[in-house]
Amino acid sequence: MNKRTLLKSMTALSAGALLAGAMLPAAAQDTVKIGLILPMTGPFASTGRQIDGAARLYMQQNGATVAGKKIELILKDDAGAPDTTKRLAQELIVNDKVTFLAGFGLTPLALATAPLATEGKVPMIVMAAGTSIITDRSPFIVRTGFTLPQTTYPIADWAAKNNIKKAVTLVSDFAPGVDAETVFKSRFTAAGGQVLAELRVPLRNPDFAPFLQRVRDASPDAVFVFVPSGVGSIFMKQFAERGLDKAGIKIIGPGDVTDDDILNDMGDVALGVVTSHHYSAAHPSAMNKAYVEAFRKMNNIRPNFMSVGGYDGMALIYKALAATKGDTNGEKLVAAMKGLSWESPRGPLTIDAQFREPVQNMYIRKVEKVGNELHNVEFETLTAVKDPTKVAK
Amino acid sequence: MLTILFDGVAYGMLLFVLACGLAITLGLMNFVNLAHGAFAMAGGYVTVLAMSKLGLPFLACLPLAFLVAALLGMILEPTLYRRLYGKSHFDQVLFSIGLAFMAVATVDFFMGSTQQNIRLPEWLRGRSEIGGVGMGHYRLLIIGVCAALAIGLQLILSKTRFGSRLRAAVDDTRVASGLGINVNRVFLFTFAFGSGIAGLGGALGAEVFGLDPTFPLKFMIYFLIVVSVGGTTTITGPLLASLLLGIADVAGKYYFPKMGAFVIYSVMIVILLWRPQGLFSRGSGK
Amino acid sequence: MSGPQPAFPLARVSRRAEWIILAVALVSVLLLPRYYPVMNQMAIIALFAVSLDLILGYAGIVSLGHAAFFGLGVYTAALFAKHVHGDPFLGLVIAAIAAALLGLATAVLILRGTDLTRLMVTLGVALILLELANKLDWLTGGADGLQGVVMAPVLGLFTFDMAGRTAYLYSLTILLLMLFLARRLVASPFGMSLQAIRDNRLRAEAIGIPVNARLAAIYTISAGVAGIAGGLLAQTTSFASLDALDFQRSADILLVLVIGGTGYLFGGVIGAVIFTAMHHWLSAVTPQYWQFWIGLMLVVIVLAGRERLVRAILSPFTWLLGLARGRSGPAK
Repeated sequence: MNKRTLLKSMTALSAGALLAGAMLPAAAQDTVKIGLILPMTGPFASTGRQIDGAARLYMQQNGATVAGKKIELILKDDAGAPDTTKRLAQELIVNDKVTFLAGFGLTPLALATAPLATEGKVPMIVMAAGTSIITDRSPFIVRTGFTLPQTTYPIADWAAKNNIKKAVTLVSDFAPGVDAETVFKSRFTAAGGQVLAELRVPLRNPDFAPFLQRVRDASPDAVFVFVPSGVGSIFMKQFAERGLDKAGIKIIGPGDVTDDDILNDMGDVALGVVTSHHYSAAHPSAMNKAYVEAFRKMNNIRPNFMSVGGYDGMALIYKALAATKGDTNGEKLVAAMKGLSWESPRGPLTIDAQFREPVQNMYIRKVEKVGNELHNVEFETLTAVKDPTKVAK
Repeated sequence: MLTILFDGVAYGMLLFVLACGLAITLGLMNFVNLAHGAFAMAGGYVTVLAMSKLGLPFLACLPLAFLVAALLGMILEPTLYRRLYGKSHFDQVLFSIGLAFMAVATVDFFMGSTQQNIRLPEWLRGRSEIGGVGMGHYRLLIIGVCAALAIGLQLILSKTRFGSRLRAAVDDTRVASGLGINVNRVFLFTFAFGSGIAGLGGALGAEVFGLDPTFPLKFMIYFLIVVSVGGTTTITGPLLASLLLGIADVAGKYYFPKMGAFVIYSVMIVILLWRPQGLFSRGSGK
Repeated sequence: MSGPQPAFPLARVSRRAEWIILAVALVSVLLLPRYYPVMNQMAIIALFAVSLDLILGYAGIVSLGHAAFFGLGVYTAALFAKHVHGDPFLGLVIAAIAAALLGLATAVLILRGTDLTRLMVTLGVALILLELANKLDWLTGGADGLQGVVMAPVLGLFTFDMAGRTAYLYSLTILLLMLFLARRLVASPFGMSLQAIRDNRLRAEAIGIPVNARLAAIYTISAGVAGIAGGLLAQTTSFASLDALDFQRSADILLVLVIGGTGYLFGGVIGAVIFTAMHHWLSAVTPQYWQFWIGLMLVVIVLAGRERLVRAILSPFTWLLGLARGRSGPAK
């Protein structure tokens, strides 16, 4: 290789880096921009891929124009670092003049950005992060995914009613995990169950073995598990390898552990695991069948619960814009979002007017073999579930 | 109690297979290869692909993972790595981290960012109780493979002609080549071999650690800890260091789950303060 | 490790580099308002890299855990603003003191051993601090980050605005001030003795330089500067999170410094500009695969030779300098 040309191109490249964007055309008046900030690299990249894929699918299916405005999606990668998320949001608001911020793969990322949404009066659609407190942090935050208390308490009730008396909780050590642990414990003990031990696994933990050994030593009827999307398969394998399934310990939890994206690769270990969640790729509705098929065709992976957060987030944006007839005022848009209701691939979905949280059905599901694939098959439905911690207030 | 010890040993053994290639390149060739994890990842993905696409049994994939990673090392050594032997460690760090980044993005591009899974055959998934100690069959396999590997390595280095050539080439490159040793070839094979072992480790470890494109970066710290604590001048050093860290980590998480993550780092600092050259070094030879 | 690189020939012209950087910075303030947030980040990373250069380039101490001090600065500044007082300058002083104290306390760890040992020990300190911040969630917010940091206006006059202008100017001012002080420091007898230790520790000892005390002193100072950089990040984003202490942070800053070159202080600034600009641009162009191109850049930099690259990029400036000195052509 000619080194001198290389040098020159390197120089040009870095100069280009500084100048790029200075030449971008000014935003046209009739374009509505959505800043989609997601972890597209790093350990939580799969969440980003699911949501990005779903958002693009929605735009492909519904056209890129609403109320006379052209929709433009700007994707940014924050690699899961909150200060990057915040800086990207700042740039999107100030430079790109986005009308919506969307995405937010993890709780800290959403919390870091919340003050900007308030200050810039920009509606912020939280598609993935599931800690309950997020929506309290700014009146401009609207959530389309789920909250952990919401997905956790149905399984706690179900467990208490289905002959599970003693449980151990095992959660990833960050806000959503703590949320799940707290809610499970209070519901389960209120229903007469007993929590033998509460284990918190570090987020970046390569080996579940010692924690699973503690579970085994406690010999509960079931272990309640929350791990972030993507980590479920490692947990599941080590669970089986340790012989906990043979020792008669059941796995229960919110559906994150049997994430549809990777469930099929977990193998027969996962069979029979009972979880509660708001979405399963096996949800028996015509709309969902079409959704799964289209998503697979476009992105080559099976959609999981993260994806519907992205899909419905786009739906919410489209519907809000239609309601304001293209007005991009942040306060009006959030007002228009409150109380909206529509049919999603997951089932009926309503945005709670008071808390800006999704109100949705919760399904109790069991992992079964459908055809050649493993699926979360729903067998019980709780309709119109709200975040229990917010109802209580 | 013994079960915890058993798990710690298995975990440590796995760390050893993953890190010993690094110990070889660092200790014997004096090259800081932070892209080491990328070779391990390659081995892991080869196993996943060979099992799902070609339908090969798991055990047949292990040598395959070794070969592919070794081949990769054999291609990269003369084309890229060789140019950096004379350069400073900083350049090596910069270069190999760059390679690791590229590997992460490339795998992501072709394989996607989701966790990959290896489906073990039925007989490896079980678990036996022997004298009240629960032992996973897969972990037994890991321990077996790693022990064989450690003994084999030690024999190769100390007893074979190649081993003595390698040590000669490391101690004094000029004299060695003057004696008719083809230093380039010795280094080439050493590097390929180290990469191959990493590939094997990746294939074995995918089941325990999980496998996704960030693998090379996620476990870099662990490899470095093993190498620095164990010292790089012997094979037994990293082996014992791996076992120590494996046991300390597993036991720490079991007995003090709230303090778990502190244990491994504290142990490392204490050891390094006590023996700055690593636990088992030949004194301050380097 | 074979020790840090000798200073570039560029170091010779760097006497005027302060003015060049000042000029470039002023131009950037006027011409690039779109990039205030990125440039703010550049300034912070640059200061962080300068702090690392103080120990790496001038005293030959390698560290893979400098994020410990940066992160401590982040949390100290954020907590101070949240619970005690919102004044930015006061917060920076506190952050610097806290980080310097930690530097002093851990200096004993880096006095012994090989480079690899130092890398790992410093890394260990940073990781322990990371775990500590994670566990003390009642204080730090744990993995969720520390929220609710409210900053008072700079000097009581300039509020931190949404566009990031105040933040950038504030960080830039601090960076230039610290650069100025750091240059005085390394040119002082104290700085000279450090370089003597770096080049030959035994000989330095023989001529009566108190080696350990000097190393501990510069380590403490460097930690304090890193703490200031961290404080800037916390103040300009009014936020603190665990990734400030992350291994990634330590590794990145080492890369930045190595890209720019060690041992002449401005390397950190140059490296920060190149690295951040590339990162920003690439991750905007290809959010999924930017890591590949960053990786390629690193590989190319090493293979093509870093010094020549930096010189090629800087050649317009050195040429200008040559002109300013009444010579034509680039100063060699």
